[in-house]
Amino acid sequence: MTSYPDWWKLIFGRFTLEAIPYHEPILIGTFAAVALGGLALIALVTRYKLWGYLWHEWFTSVDHKKIGIMYMILGVIMLLRGFADALMMRGQQAIAFAGNEGYLPPHHYDQIFTAHGVIMIFFVAMPFVTGLMNYVVPLQIGARDVSFPFLNNFSFWMTVSGAVLVMMSLFIGEFAKVGWLAYPPLSGAAYSPGVGMDYYLWALQIAGVGTTLSGVNLIATIVKMRAPGMEMMRMPVFTWTALCTNVLIVATFPILAATLALLTLDRYVGTNFFTNDLGGNPMMYVNLIWIWGHPEVYILILPIFGVYSEVASTFCGKRLFGYASMVYATVVITILSYLVWLHHFFTMGSGASVNSFFGITTMIISIPTGAKIFNWLFTMYRGRIRFELPMMWLVAFMLTFVIGGMTGVMLAVPPADFVLHNSLFLIAHFHNVIIGGVVFGVFAGIAYWFPKAFGFKLDRFWGLLSFWFWVIGFYVAFMPLYVLGLMGVTRRLSRFEDPSLQIWFVIAAIGAVLIALGILCFIIQIAVSIVRREQLRDTTGDPWDGRTLEWSTSSPPPAYNFAFTPIVHDLDAWADMKKRGYRRPLGGFKPIHMPRNTGAGVIIAALATVGGFALIWYIWWLAALSFVGVIATVVIHSFNYDRDFHIPAEAVLREEDSRSQLLGRA
Amino acid sequence: MAKAKAQAQAAGVPAFYVTEDEHAHSGGSTMLGFWLYLMSDCLVFAVLFATYGVLGRNYAAGPSGADLFDLKLVAVNTAMLLFSSITYGFAMLAMDKGRQAAMQAWLAVTALFGLAFLGIELYEFAHLIHEGATPMRSAFLSSFFTLVGTHGLHVTFGLIWLTVLMVQVSRRGLIEANRRRLLCLSMFWHFLDVVWIGVFTFVYLMGVLK
Amino acid sequence: MREVSSLLRIFRFLAVLPLFALLGGCQMVLLGPSGDVALQQRNLLLASTGLMLLIIVPVMALTIFFAWRYRASAKASYDPDWNHSLPLEVVIWSVPLLIIVVIGAMTWMGTHLLDPYRPLNRIAAGKPVVEAKAGGNGVRKEPLVIQVVALDWKWLFLYPAQGIASLNEVVAPVDQPIEFRITSSSVMNSLFIPALAGQIYAMPGMQAKLNAVINHAGEFEGFSANYSGAGFSEMRFRFRGVDDKAFGDWVQGAIRNGSTLGREEYLVLEKPSEREAVRYFRDIPSDLFSAVLNMCVDRAKMCTRDMMALDAKGGGGKEGIHIVAQLEYDKSVRRGGQPMPPRPFVTAICTPTDVYGTAGVSARVAN
Repeated sequence: MTSYPDWWKLIFGRFTLEAIPYHEPILIGTFAAVALGGLALIALVTRYKLWGYLWHEWFTSVDHKKIGIMYMILGVIMLLRGFADALMMRGQQAIAFAGNEGYLPPHHYDQIFTAHGVIMIFFVAMPFVTGLMNYVVPLQIGARDVSFPFLNNFSFWMTVSGAVLVMMSLFIGEFAKVGWLAYPPLSGAAYSPGVGMDYYLWALQIAGVGTTLSGVNLIATIVKMRAPGMEMMRMPVFTWTALCTNVLIVATFPILAATLALLTLDRYVGTNFFTNDLGGNPMMYVNLIWIWGHPEVYILILPIFGVYSEVASTFCGKRLFGYASMVYATVVITILSYLVWLHHFFTMGSGASVNSFFGITTMIISIPTGAKIFNWLFTMYRGRIRFELPMMWLVAFMLTFVIGGMTGVMLAVPPADFVLHNSLFLIAHFHNVIIGGVVFGVFAGIAYWFPKAFGFKLDRFWGLLSFWFWVIGFYVAFMPLYVLGLMGVTRRLSRFEDPSLQIWFVIAAIGAVLIALGILCFIIQIAVSIVRREQLRDTTGDPWDGRTLEWSTSSPPPAYNFAFTPIVHDLDAWADMKKRGYRRPLGGFKPIHMPRNTGAGVIIAALATVGGFALIWYIWWLAALSFVGVIATVVIHSFNYDRDFHIPAEAVLREEDSRSQLLGRA
Repeated sequence: MAKAKAQAQAAGVPAFYVTEDEHAHSGGSTMLGFWLYLMSDCLVFAVLFATYGVLGRNYAAGPSGADLFDLKLVAVNTAMLLFSSITYGFAMLAMDKGRQAAMQAWLAVTALFGLAFLGIELYEFAHLIHEGATPMRSAFLSSFFTLVGTHGLHVTFGLIWLTVLMVQVSRRGLIEANRRRLLCLSMFWHFLDVVWIGVFTFVYLMGVLK
Repeated sequence: MREVSSLLRIFRFLAVLPLFALLGGCQMVLLGPSGDVALQQRNLLLASTGLMLLIIVPVMALTIFFAWRYRASAKASYDPDWNHSLPLEVVIWSVPLLIIVVIGAMTWMGTHLLDPYRPLNRIAAGKPVVEAKAGGNGVRKEPLVIQVVALDWKWLFLYPAQGIASLNEVVAPVDQPIEFRITSSSVMNSLFIPALAGQIYAMPGMQAKLNAVINHAGEFEGFSANYSGAGFSEMRFRFRGVDDKAFGDWVQGAIRNGSTLGREEYLVLEKPSEREAVRYFRDIPSDLFSAVLNMCVDRAKMCTRDMMALDAKGGGGKEGIHIVAQLEYDKSVRRGGQPMPPRPFVTAICTPTDVYGTAGVSARVAN
């Protein structure tokens, strides 16, 4: 390592030219691909003069629908990155046997499994879930936007900022090598001295700000902006689950922020919260992080339960069975999710009574969850089931999720957990519930609401292919991990001795390839659907014979969502309106009051990214500068009082007339 | 439109949309939203209090609160913050009566009390660090500095916000948006007061009494 | 609906898939362990699985049946308004509740009986542990104490009664209760011997316990089950269950061939290394494990035990403010990183002989 002069350190902090991994062929290849792709994209956007369009119509948009779509795009992009990590891990584990080192040294492999976990949870699952909620909730409750539209835009860009930092770690420096929850003392300055942990901390901290604020925003929206007549017990189940999820977000993400901040202080200032030194206590970190971490998995799964509920009642053509018990089950899960965190570390050696308490509370969660499964089951009973893509995902979910639920209860029995903890059985379990639950549900949600967002359905053939690759790929990839777990194989290993294990890892790798094909088919499905959009066009706004308010407006909905705010008389408001002879208003429109777009969110998030990068590399002057920049932007933005405008009544009339023509043609 | 509605009602169909008022948008949820934000902030403090609860006796063979805290100074400090809350309350009363100048004056007094609080806190910190009782010395001091420092940081941001609002009120007057902002800051300021009472009791009083 | 029937066919196949997996059960160490504790843990696992299958299997079957029966093309009975049934709701809440009550009761008992801290009361079904003087069929009660230290990245096993230690190998007599006392030198690890018993974390500065017994002679795999850094994959050791005589021979062999393991040797040994060969040690100071646990093998460090005793009495006062170097245990350079930046306070006003540096603190301790 060459030594750098003092002026270099003053300007570039601890960044040195060695931090760029040009000696790693995999990374250079990836970088070349990303750079070429990025350049091509930039060239195309420039060629077709789309910068202005993107900036004015999308980046600065405060429209919840556009922000929702951008969240979904972010989720898809990061899914590709996170899944590439998964493929590399599966590849390494399939070949690293009996003296074969594989192609990934621990230095690289350990970054990959950390990045995989962090990306999949924070930058894939969370954007997907937030995106669905953002898009659908205001439409379902008959609102024109969320409570705080600017905050919504800002939240999204903060999430992007975190994702950008994680992606930068691929090409500048390294990522953390600590596992996705970064237990100290391993993650402390003494044992992880490099920039990797700092990328982790600042990426999650910045993205977490966005998530928390988006939680505040959606709670306020659901509580305050429901259409008249929509009492709590008339809210669509998806809105209910979104409410509970956002309550969980607001009640847990601050804990994550504070915990990571303490670890950051340990690393940057030299405090002793989680060190072995001077009275620090690493076990406290493990407790704190799981007080956030357990509710986090419910943050992901609850809205997806809502998606399944909407899908079930729509495609079974009947009202959801046991709406009230579904709501109560959701609320009970929300509360219980706070009382179970210790089941993630029974093996820490708490007393038997503590362990049994947390084991039993964990099992109790399976009761409301089971009730939900039964509710979907009996929604199918005496229904008229149309096996469109979302419904197929629902059935696949119901069959897969119960297996994950069963293995979850097995893990909740502390003595059984002592043998299964940290094993590949655990890995199989949580992929079973996250893929079989969250991912299947996200695809169900995408297939279900895509025609609402874009005005045309998704191509069925490629959708089916994607479905089967995903479902079969999931079983092929993760059933072997259950077996390996029972064979006593632990997680996060990069090399193995026992050759009898290899066959199972090879099968799992084949499963991962099948899932990769599933992702590929999904992307092809989107592309094919765009090409065939005229054949797939939905002019009615209600392609599935839907039951909730989002299907009462056009597809895609106008900027103002509803020309007149709907009045709700019953659960499944739109089904009720259709049954009772609702007629669309054709005139008498009034100007509609809407929030104005603003670039402040993008600017603040960009400054936050720069600031995060500067802090990671100890470039103090830049960190200070961007911090001042953030404050200044916020203050300047607060001097702008002109935040709203009115869509004139004539524009509303034009919009509604064009929809009338479409409906007339249909 | 009216015709369609008449037809609908004739057929015994209830109204399915609002034709009269426009769905209120701006500001309707601000108070709730800000309250939710405060609760999330409250959780940050809850974590810091819990951390202090766990680590607050880990002196690492170093000084304890009883050795370090100057209760008289902290009492003065507490008084500063409590007074600032009261004066903020007077500012809000003036705002309700529409007396802009009086309100601005009270806000300025609030800011002075806030500055005094911060000044005393910084003096205390500087004194401790000078003695060698740095945040790095022990887990107790780490959690002490972080808890009290986070509160101080909040007060600092509150002061910046207060200044910005005073400028905005002077430029635009007590318009609806400014009143809303002042109410939010009011909640924030009183919230910090409540947190400080927790800090004073839990950290200083109990630390010295033991 | 062609898709539906193909969907069902594939799911039927997938449902059978785990059964194929079970065919390989002979290799699944968790399902066929060699220690009584692991055996009881397995029994609990199987019992809870069986109980849950009571509800999972009908649910899966009903899902498939309803999906097929009520598909749109079947024109089965259609009741769009049927969405509530009190008896059914009672059933769907109470049946899972009942099952959880049963599993919960099993959990409560099992967790207490199989608490790793609890001394064994049996070495196998029908073979209780009895008092040494009572005689009879039972086994003597005193367990074999093995002190375990998770090092970077290898395992050190100390046998205090035998006065020996071994690296990356642990041997115990068959049917002899064992009490592991576990700690770690730097970061968290987890001691796991799947054939013997469940795992427990090894944490620096803390001691965990694991009581277990091996019922069959043989050689089993042990490893760390909690990721601890670059050498984690190689952090494996052998666990051997042997008869009493072989155990005696093994101890004698270690005494004969082992090298000395004093504090200095330990400090060398604890430096990070991978794939260490099995080694034996003798002449071990009786307080070595306690020193490791209290992070004061290096005599320049204050033992955490003493630090905590001082803290319990109200800390070291302002006089103790500069005792810092003695309390820093994390060895920053060990993981190949840059040395920590020097901490901004004075460090050396006291010597190992004058631990607290000043008389004032000593007076406080005396209080």
